[in-house]
Amino acid sequence: MSKFHGLLQNDNLKVTTAGVPLLADSLANQQVPLTRIDWRPAVPGSQTSLDRVMADGRRSEANSIALARMLAAGAQLVDVRQAKDALGLDSRTFLHAGPPITWERASGPMRGALLGGAIFEGIADNPEGAEKILSSGGVAWEPCHHRDAVGPMAGVVTPSMWMFELLDPSTGNRSWCSLNEGLGKVLRYGAYSDEVIDRLRWMTKVLGPLLKIAVERRSASAAGPVDIHAILAQMIQMGDEGHNRNRAGTLMLIRDLLPEMIESGAATSDLATATRFIGGNDHFFLNLVMPACKLQTMAARDIPGSSVVTVMARNGTDFGIQVSGTGRTWYTGPAQTPVGLFLGSYSEADANPDIGDSAITETAGVGGFSMAAAPAIVRFIGGTVPDALAATRRMYEITVGENVNFGIPVLEFRGAPTGIDVTRVIRTGILPQINTGMAGRLAGVGQVGAGLVNPPMECFEGAIAGLAEAAPQVG
Amino acid sequence: MSEVHIEFRSGAYRDSVSLLEVSRAVAQTPGVEDAIIAMGTPLNVDLMRELGFVLDNPSPNDLIIAIRASDQATIATALSALAAEFVSMDDRAKAAGGGGEVAPPRSVGRSHGSNLALISVPGSGAFAEAMDAIESGQSVMIFSDNVAVWQEIALKDRAAEEDLLVMGPDCGTAVIGGVGLGFANIVRPGPVGIIAASGTGAQHVIALLDLAGVGISHCIGVGGRDLSREVMARSTMGAFDALAEDEQTEVIVLISKPSAPEVAKLVRERAKAIAKPVVFALLGEGSPDLTNATEEILRTIGVTQPIWRSWGDEGPMRAAGKYLRGLYSGGTICDEAMVIAAKELGTIYSNIPLRQEWDLDPFVPSKEHTFIDFGDDAMTVGRAHPMIDPTLRIERLRREIADPDCGVIILDVVLGHGADSDPATALAPAIKEAISKRKIPVIISLIGSSGDPQGLERQAKLLIEAGAYVTVSNAAAVRTALSLVRTGGAS
Repeated sequence: MSKFHGLLQNDNLKVTTAGVPLLADSLANQQVPLTRIDWRPAVPGSQTSLDRVMADGRRSEANSIALARMLAAGAQLVDVRQAKDALGLDSRTFLHAGPPITWERASGPMRGALLGGAIFEGIADNPEGAEKILSSGGVAWEPCHHRDAVGPMAGVVTPSMWMFELLDPSTGNRSWCSLNEGLGKVLRYGAYSDEVIDRLRWMTKVLGPLLKIAVERRSASAAGPVDIHAILAQMIQMGDEGHNRNRAGTLMLIRDLLPEMIESGAATSDLATATRFIGGNDHFFLNLVMPACKLQTMAARDIPGSSVVTVMARNGTDFGIQVSGTGRTWYTGPAQTPVGLFLGSYSEADANPDIGDSAITETAGVGGFSMAAAPAIVRFIGGTVPDALAATRRMYEITVGENVNFGIPVLEFRGAPTGIDVTRVIRTGILPQINTGMAGRLAGVGQVGAGLVNPPMECFEGAIAGLAEAAPQVG
Repeated sequence: MSEVHIEFRSGAYRDSVSLLEVSRAVAQTPGVEDAIIAMGTPLNVDLMRELGFVLDNPSPNDLIIAIRASDQATIATALSALAAEFVSMDDRAKAAGGGGEVAPPRSVGRSHGSNLALISVPGSGAFAEAMDAIESGQSVMIFSDNVAVWQEIALKDRAAEEDLLVMGPDCGTAVIGGVGLGFANIVRPGPVGIIAASGTGAQHVIALLDLAGVGISHCIGVGGRDLSREVMARSTMGAFDALAEDEQTEVIVLISKPSAPEVAKLVRERAKAIAKPVVFALLGEGSPDLTNATEEILRTIGVTQPIWRSWGDEGPMRAAGKYLRGLYSGGTICDEAMVIAAKELGTIYSNIPLRQEWDLDPFVPSKEHTFIDFGDDAMTVGRAHPMIDPTLRIERLRREIADPDCGVIILDVVLGHGADSDPATALAPAIKEAISKRKIPVIISLIGSSGDPQGLERQAKLLIEAGAYVTVSNAAAVRTALSLVRTGGAS
């Protein structure tokens, strides 16, 4: 190839234009193949940091490595264990969703879930007693992410809860997530009534041990551990996006585990209750998609110079992100209230700001990023199918690459947009699109709806400043 | 004896229909006997085993490639066919339309398949966009000005690593393979390859060459600072390499202001190593003007120098005051004009002064002999270039007419792609005013090629009808103005 990749060769010019339309028009008049960029100025106040990060010679390659690692990550369901064993939680330590939060700043559903957790663990007998203990430091809590775990909505994990344990064979990393409780009045949405606590007790006594035996049997069989990553790849082609729609994934999980559960020797009545419970909850598989996505994004963390987002998580008050090039630093901003559909007579006034670690799905390229794979989801905002396609196409603008393992059928199996690049968010002003459930504002209410939400731009403004500080100095 | 290739790719899920397509494409490779590319489901594994492939513990989540062919070379061919089929599938995916209008890309790096990005966003945003272009494999022309030197260096270093070209920042003019980018005149193909650190300087040379019947191969803009001590000719060196190997280019011309000695040395050494003649058109005090430089190019390629055109009647023009006022849209030709004028007139005040002590704020009234470059960085912040929007220059022209010290006015009018579609018509009323109110001579250097969309002849005609005197050589225009200042003077 000649100099400049043949740029000077005859009739070889293909031009991209950004800026003055007149200059593009002049090229169009000369019949030059042309792509016009819909350029906008960067997010105000971030230009200096952005330029320093753009000048960081490590960034481009670091982001390629981040993408390659994300694409190479797998996720096998290798065990089901109680949190005290799996994560070493002592009896007075809980985990929760999102960045760190104090009792004072915690939202209604977060407080509700912590209260429910305290009652469930027998630390308190009633909500009043629990509140006294929690508000006075009688229990410690920290983000799930600090232990490589993830929790949907309030994401409260207490020592007795059973956790799925997933392994990424490419790195040896492990991630954990609790078992999904179903919809409506559930702990993760901040409900803590007797019905909620009773269900948690049944899950601890019956469901957890049953799943553990099934997972162990399956792992020991010729088929090997259930490949969550493979189910995720297939569900994307079956109308699920892995965040607000997990129907096909849940059924495929039952398909893989049911024979083992049946042969486990468990009581038929327990088996029936368990399978009815799993089958009756379209979101059961969400709690496996999330740690699979956590493994994918974990594989990309701690790469110096990389501007790829490795965590997006909310605690109901703050939205926090982490970026590969800046390690475990949280960049936070106020969590936004989702827009969507409400259950029964609930309205926007009842909704709590965005909550949960489930935005790890979008961080890994599924969920809202793969909305085109699940057109049914657009009903959450009363949108149209083209809206779903547009949402996914928009996410290609802010991601470093595409995951061919997650092919989106309607886009000719184009891979899911993967690896959110902080620089592209700042440059384009396009925020990640997140599909989410909505919790009630008040402790104890539970789920009030589902919809769409974005992170606050503050997270990315903080991240670009952090990356700029970490970048080698030039100019 | 046939050869067999079996490969498991774990975690590479593709749907079965896509894989059937891939299998078919691979099976069509001449010499291939059997080919199955499929996920390792029991059904597929049975199928492969029936065909005699021996498979070791496949998982349903493995993508299995099983090929039997006459020899190893055929298998290699089949595997590249397989890779090509995956690539074409991915390309199809990237181009997938349907399901509503596809929004245009929001950043340069998201434009697939381009090899040059033309960036004219405000200067503060240009660096990020240009870096993105380079990282996505596109050469860049940065039309934007107000880009920091360290950013220019960072871009040029990164581009060199990728064998890409950076034209600019503040690159107003380029011609690549006959395509005009930015402010560019329509040119015929020809033997002259230009490297220009100055857009209007290049335009002037290109226009004069065109009027002599000579075309150009390419005009590579490098940006006004490329030959500075800081930037060290980073783009110029690459441009030399490219033009040295370009078959159409017979002579290379470097148009720039005189550079720092160490940069000049670097450039001259590079030029010496090229087996083609290199003409240096260096601008500034003690150097030949652009018209002279063009004449040297013509001599180098053995073309007879034409008589440079002019329109209008010099005869009746008399200076209406003591001082010469130059209002330019092109920085380099403004500079050239000042160099020629200063030799005779001495002090010339300007916003791009030849000497620091001659500096003048362009927004205050003119002082004695004054030249203003309306295209200077400081005057285009938040405003279009004067070649596109003549408002500011026309305003100033009216103020010069009202100034009793103003004796002669000299203007440039630049034609070509990107420029005002009819500059003569925009300027005509103010020129008429100059004549009717104070009989101030208005001399215009008209920079344009015979093919320019505005029509060189038509523009000249409109300008002389308004009362101006027009010439295609800027140097000639200045000399005409000087003769008037010399013989006229205040009444």
